[in-house]
Amino acid sequence: MIKSLLNTLGFTSPPFDGGITPNMCKWTEGSSIKTCPLPPVLIVPLKQHIGQPCTPLVKIGDLVLRGQKIAKAEGYLSAPVHAPTSGKVIKIEEHAIPHPSGMGMVSIFIEPDGKDQRDMLLDPMTNWLQRDPAELRERVRMCGIVGLGGAAFPTFIKLLKDQRHPIETVILNGIECEPFLTNDHRLMVENSATILHGLHIVMHMLGAKKAIIAIEDNKIDAVQAMRENVDLLGDDLIRVEVLPTRYPQGSEKQLIESLTGKQVPAGKLPMHIGVLCQNIGTVKAIDDAVMLGHAITERVITVSGDAVPNPANMLVRLGTSMRFIYAQCGLEKFDNIQILHGGPMMGERLRHPDIPVIKSSTGLLAISDARMKVAHQVEEPCIRCGHCSEVCPVNLVPNLLADHCRNDQLERAANYDLFDCIECGACSYVCPSHIPLVHYFRYGKGQTAQMRREQSFAEVSRLRSEGRDARLQREKDEKAAKRRKLRATLRSESVLNTANEEKTATQPKTEVND
Amino acid sequence: MLIHLSSPHIHGGNSIRETMVAVILALIPAGMMSVYLFGWLAVFLIVLCMLTCMLTEFIALKWMERSTAPVMDGSAALTGLLLALTLPASIPWWMALLGSIFAIGLGKQVYGGLGYNPFNPALSARIILLISFPLQMTTWLIPMHLGVSAIDLYDFSSTWQLFAFGASSLPHALDAITMASPLGHVKTEWSQGVGVSDALRAYDYSYLDAFIGRETGSLGETSALALLIGGIYLLARHTITWQIPFSFIATVAILAAIASIVDPNHYAPPLFHVLAGGLILCAFFMATDPVSSPVTAVGQIVFGIGCGIITWSIRTWGGYPEGAMFAVVLMNCAVPLIGHYFRPKVYGKQGSKS
Repeated sequence: MIKSLLNTLGFTSPPFDGGITPNMCKWTEGSSIKTCPLPPVLIVPLKQHIGQPCTPLVKIGDLVLRGQKIAKAEGYLSAPVHAPTSGKVIKIEEHAIPHPSGMGMVSIFIEPDGKDQRDMLLDPMTNWLQRDPAELRERVRMCGIVGLGGAAFPTFIKLLKDQRHPIETVILNGIECEPFLTNDHRLMVENSATILHGLHIVMHMLGAKKAIIAIEDNKIDAVQAMRENVDLLGDDLIRVEVLPTRYPQGSEKQLIESLTGKQVPAGKLPMHIGVLCQNIGTVKAIDDAVMLGHAITERVITVSGDAVPNPANMLVRLGTSMRFIYAQCGLEKFDNIQILHGGPMMGERLRHPDIPVIKSSTGLLAISDARMKVAHQVEEPCIRCGHCSEVCPVNLVPNLLADHCRNDQLERAANYDLFDCIECGACSYVCPSHIPLVHYFRYGKGQTAQMRREQSFAEVSRLRSEGRDARLQREKDEKAAKRRKLRATLRSESVLNTANEEKTATQPKTEVND
Repeated sequence: MLIHLSSPHIHGGNSIRETMVAVILALIPAGMMSVYLFGWLAVFLIVLCMLTCMLTEFIALKWMERSTAPVMDGSAALTGLLLALTLPASIPWWMALLGSIFAIGLGKQVYGGLGYNPFNPALSARIILLISFPLQMTTWLIPMHLGVSAIDLYDFSSTWQLFAFGASSLPHALDAITMASPLGHVKTEWSQGVGVSDALRAYDYSYLDAFIGRETGSLGETSALALLIGGIYLLARHTITWQIPFSFIATVAILAAIASIVDPNHYAPPLFHVLAGGLILCAFFMATDPVSSPVTAVGQIVFGIGCGIITWSIRTWGGYPEGAMFAVVLMNCAVPLIGHYFRPKVYGKQGSKS
C-alpha cells in the first residue's frame, strides 16, 4: 500500500524497488566491435562456469582444432571447454584465473598455428524448428554455453522444458546496467538479426509463447535495431520494452519485477512463475551453436576505464591474456592502475593483468588509483541516513545487517535476510560514510557458510556418536536380556531342581526316617 | 593505500560533510529571518553556539584520544546552529554556552560521537535548558519589526550590552522588551477560562504573519516560510525524505482538526498548531536527524506519527505550551523498537519476520 502511495506521489520510480542511477560512463557505446588478433599463446582454464572443473581430454603435444572439445564436463552443473583456435597443446598446468584472491586453476596452454582451422564435428541444425527441444538442448550443452552476462551458469540447465513449470515468457536481457560495459549494447546493434533468431530458437526449445526484449533507454540505437528486426518478421509474440536506466535492473529478479510487476518468491526460480531470462551474448552463442555448429570459443568484451587510452569493444578468443587485450587498446604500463574484471559495481579487482579472459568476462576495466581512491575512502561511522535501505533492490536494511556481520552476529544477520542480498553494491555506492557494506555481507555469508559446515560436521559426528551409544546400549540391553533369560531359565531349572532336590531330599529323609 | 578488493569500485560521491553542510545551508533562510527579527542578538547566539559546539567536540575528542578530524565534518557546527535556532533571543549567553556544551558533551560524545547518539543532541540540550531555566527559556523578546520594543536590536553596541550583561543591565523594565508567544498566550488565556478564538483575537494573531514569521518565538522557529524553503531544498537534494516531516505535521494537523471540530472554543485550529512553535523546525530539521531517526521508510512514517501525537497531546493537555521537542526526543527512544518491528518486506518474501 505504502509503495503504491509513494509511486502515485512520484517519490520513487516505479520499475523496481530501490536502485541507483550512477554515472554510466558508456564511452564505448558508439565504437563497433573490433576483432582482437590471436595472441601468441592461449591459456584455457578448466573451470569457466559455476560447478565442478572439467577434466582435460588432451595431452601436451596434441594438435587441436578450433572448437574441439579439450576438457569434458564433470557432473551435471558443468560445461565442457573447447579449444579457442587450432594449434598445439604446449602445457597443462595451474595458472591464475580471474578471481580477486589471485587463485589459480589448471589450464590448457595452446600455441596457435595461425590457421584457425575449425573442428567440423557438429552439423548445423538449420531445421531446428523440426527438431526435438531435447536434441537442441544437448547441442547447447555440448557447445559449452554458459550465461555470458557474468554468472556463467550452464545454459542447458535453464533450457529444460519442464511440464510442471511451463515457460510462458522468455525475457531477453539487454539491460546492461553496469557502468562502462557496452558489449551487449554493441551486439544488439550489430547482430540484431542473429540475436532475434537465437531468441526464436530459445522460445522453440521451451515452448514459450511470448518474449520480451528488455533494453534501457540509454541504448536507443539498440532499441531501434531490435525493433526493426521484430517488425521485419511481423512477429507480435516478441515485443521490445524500453525501461528507464536504473542499476541493478539487469539483475534477473529485478528485471522480472520491472517488466511483469511480479516478484520471484524467495527460494524459487523465475521458471516457477513462468519466466526465463537469457543474456544477449548467450542467445547469440545459442544461435551459433544451433545454426553453425560452433562451440563457444570467443566472446565480446568491453575494454574501458579512465586509464585505457583507446577504449573499445572487442571480440576476443577465450584464453587471451588480459595484458594482450589491454595492449590492443594502448595500455601497456600498469603502474598506479587498478584492473577490474567485469563492471565497476560488481566486478572483481585483479592483482595483475596476466590472466586469461574466460566465458564470464564481460568487461576489462583499468581505473587510475586516483579515481579508485574516491570510491574507496576510509570508513566513517554510520549516521543511519537510511539511503542504503532506500536503494536496496531487495529491501534489506543494509546498515543494521552490516553491523551484525561486523560483530559476527551471524544468526541475527541471517534473520535480517543476509542471504537475500544480491551484492549489487547500491548501498555502498550511496553510503556517505563510505562503509564497504557489501564487503561485510560477503564476510558474513562466508562466515555463516563456514559455521554451517562446521555445524553439519558436528551434527554428523553427534549422530554418529549417538548411534554408537545407542548400539552399545542395545548390545548391553540384549546381553542383559539374554542374561536375564538365561538366569530365568536357570532359576526355573534350579527351582525345579531344588524342588526335586527337596523332594529327593525329603524322600530320602523319609526314607531315612523310614 | 586503501583500496578494497571488494566491489563496488565507484561511489556516488555523497559524504557526511556534504550532508551536514547541506543542512546548514538549508537553515540559512531561517537564520536570516532570526536576524531580521532579533538583530545582532541572533548573530551573537548563533556564532556562540556553533563555536562552543565545535570547541566542545574538539576537547572531547582530544580527551578521549581520538582523531579530531570529525570537528570539521560539520555535524558539531550543525548541532550548534540548530540549538541556537531553538533558543529565545533573550537567553543569557552563559546558558547558551552551557546548552552547547550539554549538546555535544552529554548529547553526543558520551555515547561515542557521531552516529551513536540515541537522542537528537540539539534537542536534548534544549530540553535540559528548558527544565533547568524555565523562566529564561520562555521569555520572548518583542521582535524588531513590531517597532514597539524599547531597545534597538539592530544597534550593535546596545545589543552587545544586552547580550553580554543581561537584561538587568538595561534601563528598561523587562516588560518593555518582552511579550508572550502565541502558543504560550493561548495556553495561559485558556487556563483562565478564555476561549481559543477570543485569545487569538486578543493577541492580534494573524496566520499570514505566523507563516512569514513576523511573530515572536525562538530564533529560528517563527517563520514557517523560511523553514519550508530549507526543507524543500533538503527534500530536493535528497538529504531528507518526505516521510518524517509529512507524517509528523499531518498527524498534528489531523488531530487538531478533529479536536477543533468537536470543540472549537477549547481546542486550537489545525493551521494554528502547524504554524506555531517549533513544529516545522522539528519536523524538517530535528526529527529527520538521521542518527536518531528510523532508517526505513515505513519506520519513518511510524516515527512521524508518534511525534505528531505526542506534540499535540503535550500542547493540549501538558504543562508546557510547546511539545514538539519532547515528542522528538521521546520518539528517539522508540527508534530501535521501530527499527525492529517495521522492516520492509524483502523481495520475494511474504511479510517481515521479527
